[in-house]
Amino acid sequence: MIPLNHFLILGALLFAISVVGIFMNRKNLIVLLMAIELMLLAVNMNFIAFAHHLNDLSGQVFVFFILTVAAAESAIGLAILVALFRNLRSINVDDLASLKG
Amino acid sequence: MSFALVLFYLFGAILLASALAVVLVRNPVHAALFLVLAFVTASALWLLLYAEFLAITLVLVYVGAVMVLFLFVVMMLDINIDRLREGFWGNLPLALGVGILMAAEMVLLVLRGSQPGADPGAPPAGFSNTKALGAVLYTDYVFAFELAAIVLLVAIVAAIAITLRTRKETKYQDPSAQLSVKASDRLKIIKGVSE
Repeated sequence: MIPLNHFLILGALLFAISVVGIFMNRKNLIVLLMAIELMLLAVNMNFIAFAHHLNDLSGQVFVFFILTVAAAESAIGLAILVALFRNLRSINVDDLASLKG
Repeated sequence: MSFALVLFYLFGAILLASALAVVLVRNPVHAALFLVLAFVTASALWLLLYAEFLAITLVLVYVGAVMVLFLFVVMMLDINIDRLREGFWGNLPLALGVGILMAAEMVLLVLRGSQPGADPGAPPAGFSNTKALGAVLYTDYVFAFELAAIVLLVAIVAAIAITLRTRKETKYQDPSAQLSVKASDRLKIIKGVSE
């Protein structure tokens, strides 16, 4: 069957691609949110691979909770995005400097 | 090379390619559609790991709900893509440096680390992943399960509260104000001089 290493390396590469995405799309808030979803997917891949290879269902239960929290996170993130767009007419991260941080 | 391994390489290649497309394409709608492809491919990979319930959940919850929400928001917003893409390729050296460094670190760690024993292989015939997951979810993890339900409830309320706005020009009735009105508020008798 498929060795555990294969899944772990696939997860690592997926995570690295989403880190690249976060660096490249510094200005585009909506693609930033998508890159975060990809990161969570990479982590979930590792959890499920370990759950299968260690024959322990706890990994799958944890993925279940990660999916729940990620769905809540993206719903609130998109709600904030919509509220932001209504006020600023833009989703450019550079325009969100009203706190001068 | 076994058939499962061939499938793994095929799905893995599609997953990585679509993930690259998500972060590189110009149009956010295309990015969302590539993200859908990535989720579907990932759920196929999870099926190779015998996680049937989570594979179906990923398609239902992510492709069915979260990505539709993403597409909805992307299409609703009127975005000036040219401004958002300013200096996009200028970030490439830094992004590639950090990305390659991170991937190399993790891959080296995985290759160097110890491995659990042999692959347990397919579960016995008649084994239900959903049933086994439910058996632990409603017993050992019942407290966490209820907390997850509360997180979802809070998310619903927060998402509505953030985006709800009352327009000033909208006309609507306020029942409590209608009920508490008195006759003296409506009718005013003025003593006047009749002709």
